[in-house]
Amino acid sequence: MDIIFNKVSHIYQPNTPFEFKALENVSFHIQSGSYVAIIGHTGSGKSTLIQHLNGLVKPTSGEVKIGDYVITPEKKLKDVMTLREKVGIVFQYPEHQLFEETVEKDISFGPQNFNIAQEVVQKRIPELLKAVQLPENILQRSPFDLSGGQMRRVAIAGVLVMDPKILVLDEPTAGLDPRGQKEIMDMFYRVHQEEERTTILVTHSMEDALKYADHVIIMDHGKVYMEGPPLEIFKDQEALNNVGLDIPEVIQFLNKLESKFHISIPFRGQSVEQLGKEVAEAFKRGDKSE
Amino acid sequence: MSNSFIIGQYVPGSSIVHRLDPRTKITIIFFFVIIIFFANNLLSYGVLAFFALLSMFTTKIKISYILKGLKPVWFIVIFTFILHLLVTKDGEVLFSIFSFEVYSGALYKGLEISLRFTLLILMTSLLTLTTTPISITDGVESMLNPLRKIHFPVHELALMMSISLRFIPTLMQETEKISKAQASRGVDFRTGKMKERIKAVVPLLVPLFVSAFKRAEELAMAMEARGYNGGEGRTKFRELKLQRVDAFIFIFSALILVVFFFTRV
Ligand SMILES: Nc1ncnc2c1ncn2[C@@H]1O[C@H](COP(=O)(O)OP(=O)(O)OP(=O)(O)O)[C@@H](O)[C@H]1O
Ligand SMILES: [Mg+2]
Repeated sequence: MDIIFNKVSHIYQPNTPFEFKALENVSFHIQSGSYVAIIGHTGSGKSTLIQHLNGLVKPTSGEVKIGDYVITPEKKLKDVMTLREKVGIVFQYPEHQLFEETVEKDISFGPQNFNIAQEVVQKRIPELLKAVQLPENILQRSPFDLSGGQMRRVAIAGVLVMDPKILVLDEPTAGLDPRGQKEIMDMFYRVHQEEERTTILVTHSMEDALKYADHVIIMDHGKVYMEGPPLEIFKDQEALNNVGLDIPEVIQFLNKLESKFHISIPFRGQSVEQLGKEVAEAFKRGDKSE
Repeated sequence: MSNSFIIGQYVPGSSIVHRLDPRTKITIIFFFVIIIFFANNLLSYGVLAFFALLSMFTTKIKISYILKGLKPVWFIVIFTFILHLLVTKDGEVLFSIFSFEVYSGALYKGLEISLRFTLLILMTSLLTLTTTPISITDGVESMLNPLRKIHFPVHELALMMSISLRFIPTLMQETEKISKAQASRGVDFRTGKMKERIKAVVPLLVPLFVSAFKRAEELAMAMEARGYNGGEGRTKFRELKLQRVDAFIFIFSALILVVFFFTRV
């Protein structure tokens, strides 16, 4: 399912003194199966954008296409449930959506609404718990007795259990400890690779964008500011600095290396270990042009 | 969703009405509400309507926006109007629909009540449109201050009011957020049978209550941590002070009042 935005604008509270243009003429095309990172300063319209993906909000003008489901300003949404079953959204601070008596019931809540058979859900739950790294005995506990990090994992499991074709993540690791962040991001990446899922990640972390995404969209003041493969986007430090963003630390480091020691190592997505070796080798070879 | 909740929401501005002391506005509206029941002919209603419209234009808020805010009360206005037509049987019969006779007295009374209602709502919404909730609270607190002598908990009341007002928008945002999250998990708030729709509210209400209680606890702790211990001996950060504009508006309103009592019969 490709996702196409065609000149989408969204205005909050139109025709009032509080009118606010959150999206303006946003157009892009996301290929099915890709991993896209959406980056932008706070208030740039990222959350607004992703709410178009399952019909939570409609564009004020323009057109959104998800597969063959079309959302336009005029038409009423038909069969929006079929769309929401395919597009799973993990919202900012998803733990706020927990409400059931037990973790198990909360995880099964989504599938029930979409009439997914109970047996199927029961079969998925053990894998899911492993994926989000929660122990099995948590199932019968109340979600409100858990720690913040555990609640977050339960909420994420509650979205993943629906096995959405398109997975949308709105800063899913905000407020977690660094290790938890890495675990969860790696987990999402594994989930992404299974079954050609499309993943859309809203993030403030350039490192995550560089590490996982194969396409980056930079938003600024409701508009698409830049768009392209991460390696290309992160070449242009100045353009990013202009909208209050920065490039990943690895690339900053390589840039410094080049300007200080004239050692040029192109970044192709190497791991830190690999880069370390390359830098060491470059020094040994005496690449320095003094 | 948030679009329907804007009734009477504060609109920032710098008009005279915005700059007035909240106590001035509250006092004038208080008297307006009483005075309106003394109006008894077209001219006296005209004077009041003139005053209300003048205030409305002075705020410099878009008229269409103010009228939109009044939308939910149109229903009540029309409802009471029709009710009057049906039950009041004064004056002569004007015409009859389906053997139902409409009396001239009923028409007159119905119009009068509707006009009164509209003017009342208009004036009070002008207050909330041009005054931040916090300064309304400050105004009320300062006006109730004399009641302290009889041990009326003025400060506590004002605190309660300002905290509630402060958290209404937060709660509304939260409602919107959670209902979007649950809608993404397949909850349908819009269609379905009554029973299903009531059931759909549970996943919304539980998280809302949980977060409201958590917030209350956090707020209480934060206040205590910053040394809050009740109103006794507490000084104010925002001191209310009457300005020259307030005096001017008071005099102007008093003049209108005098004119009003001349127009009555
Ligand atoms: N319901 C709403 N009513 C009015 N304005 C809104 C509403 N929701 C968002 N906005 C405004 O739209 C703009 C974009 O909001 P959005 O939540 O999409 O930003 P964001 O890029 O997700 O920011 P963040 O990184 O902080 O999550 C903000 O300026 C916000 O104030
Ligand atoms: Mg956001």
